[in-house]
Amino acid sequence: MIEKWIERALFSSALLCSLCVTAVFGFLLYFSWPLFLDARGLANVFSWVWKPFAGQFGILPMMAGTFSLALLALGIAYPLAIGIASFTHGLAPARITKTVLGLVYFMTSIPTVIYGFVSVFILVPLFRDYFDRGTGFCLMVSAITLAILIVPTIMIALKTEMNQRSEEVCMGARSLGLTPAQELLWVLLPCSGRGLVIAAILGFGRAVGDTLVALMVAGNAPVIPHSLLDPIRTLTSHIALVVATDSQDQAYYSIFAAGLMLFLIMAGLTMVIRNLGNRFGQGKKRHDIPS
Amino acid sequence: MYRVPMVASIMFMCAFLIVGNAQGSELDRFIGLKGTIDIAGGTAHIPVMNDAAKNIMKFNPDIRITVAGGGSGVGVQKVGEGLVNIGNTGRALSDAEKNKYGLVSFPFAVDGVAVAVNPKNSVSELSSQQIKKIFSGEIVNWKDVGGADAAIHAFGRDEASGTREVFWEKLLGKGDVAQSINIVSSNGSMKVAIAQDSQAIGYLGIGHISDNIKAVVVDNMVPTQENAKSGDYKVVRNLYMNTRGQPSALEQAFIDYILGPDGAEIIEKSGYIPLSR
Repeated sequence: MIEKWIERALFSSALLCSLCVTAVFGFLLYFSWPLFLDARGLANVFSWVWKPFAGQFGILPMMAGTFSLALLALGIAYPLAIGIASFTHGLAPARITKTVLGLVYFMTSIPTVIYGFVSVFILVPLFRDYFDRGTGFCLMVSAITLAILIVPTIMIALKTEMNQRSEEVCMGARSLGLTPAQELLWVLLPCSGRGLVIAAILGFGRAVGDTLVALMVAGNAPVIPHSLLDPIRTLTSHIALVVATDSQDQAYYSIFAAGLMLFLIMAGLTMVIRNLGNRFGQGKKRHDIPS
Repeated sequence: MYRVPMVASIMFMCAFLIVGNAQGSELDRFIGLKGTIDIAGGTAHIPVMNDAAKNIMKFNPDIRITVAGGGSGVGVQKVGEGLVNIGNTGRALSDAEKNKYGLVSFPFAVDGVAVAVNPKNSVSELSSQQIKKIFSGEIVNWKDVGGADAAIHAFGRDEASGTREVFWEKLLGKGDVAQSINIVSSNGSMKVAIAQDSQAIGYLGIGHISDNIKAVVVDNMVPTQENAKSGDYKVVRNLYMNTRGQPSALEQAFIDYILGPDGAEIIEKSGYIPLSR
């Protein structure tokens, strides 16, 4: 009897969650629908010029900004995260491992605004004075800040996978006489393929979704960046900047389009992760049966 | 024996407390009032309205005040159609609007916008023509306006900003603004950006000027609170509350509160210049 109720409670909470997500998607679609009905309006929103006071509402520069920022941040953070995960996986002395891991876990609890704030007062002036090009609020500075933010996400995802795999392979590797470094490089990392991909996607998703870092340090000019020192505006900071405008304005509709794009990007990433999980999961089962 | 004097003194003290309270508080005009005030319109007004609403609702829980944005146009529309009690605008009403709905306006604050540079910058005076060229990207070096040989770092505000609107309409004459200038999202971050960068130029509410940035004299107009109020500094606008017809007792109490000393304090805290009665 009790089990049945627990089952029902869990089912209804799961149902509520999926209903919420569907509702969010529905609302986004509903609010940006007028845009899709009007071919000229649609072409206007998916164009390269954002000049709201001249009637041009293109959000493509923001798409370019989001992707260049997220990819660059991932490019910086990914090697770092793999390095930390490997280093703390049997290469470093126990005490150092503990300190490093403690530090990384602690980093997850620092609010984003702190990273942005520190960046505004340290990285931005540094870049402005050193390169003498632009204001210092730019793609590169926000990518570095964002990279620091997503390193723990990537590292923890990777580490979880490595710990699981390690249990399966470490005995075999040791008995072959591999050193910890050899074991890591030739056995563990190649075995953790799924973890490597999922960690990268999670990090990318976090970078795409973050608002505050880009809003505070990326300069927010709605232009396509031609250099690492150019300012950019991301989809998320675009929404934050425009949401307070007149709700009767067409500029307002463009932020629903931006929201829809973000939602679709994130949904696409989640689907890739699930797909990968299933594929690798099946592979693992097949491998497990003979042993 | 001394019970009677004690009771009397307690009663006296109570009476004194009540009287003392009544004299001290601007909020007393809300005693005995009841009902709802819905407010919508200009976004610049929101911090003032919110603070006032918080004080009033805490003092008298029978009064409910809701504050929404939407912009000046929405403010006029909503109050005119009777959807809200007070519609805020960041501009004077047109005659057409006044006649169509029979609206009554109550100006309560001046929102002045100053152009500011870093205190290290030797430039302290600019013409509106020069400012126009700087923000359109035509002038890119400080030496062209009498400063050092260094690139100009122009900062602007977001699309929803009332400060940007005043600056763009009154100083740039709705002229072109370069796409590549950096955008910050509040008066506070504008101040930080300018204070940190010796080559920066930007604009912000006069109330936000402080020692770590330098307000620029524009066309011989000195941007101070006094000049904005007297009309000597022209890059300003008034903030208005509007009601449809004469305000009800509760609406009148709210408007009087905003125009009173408590209101003036809130208005100053929000970075505007109060227009007290």
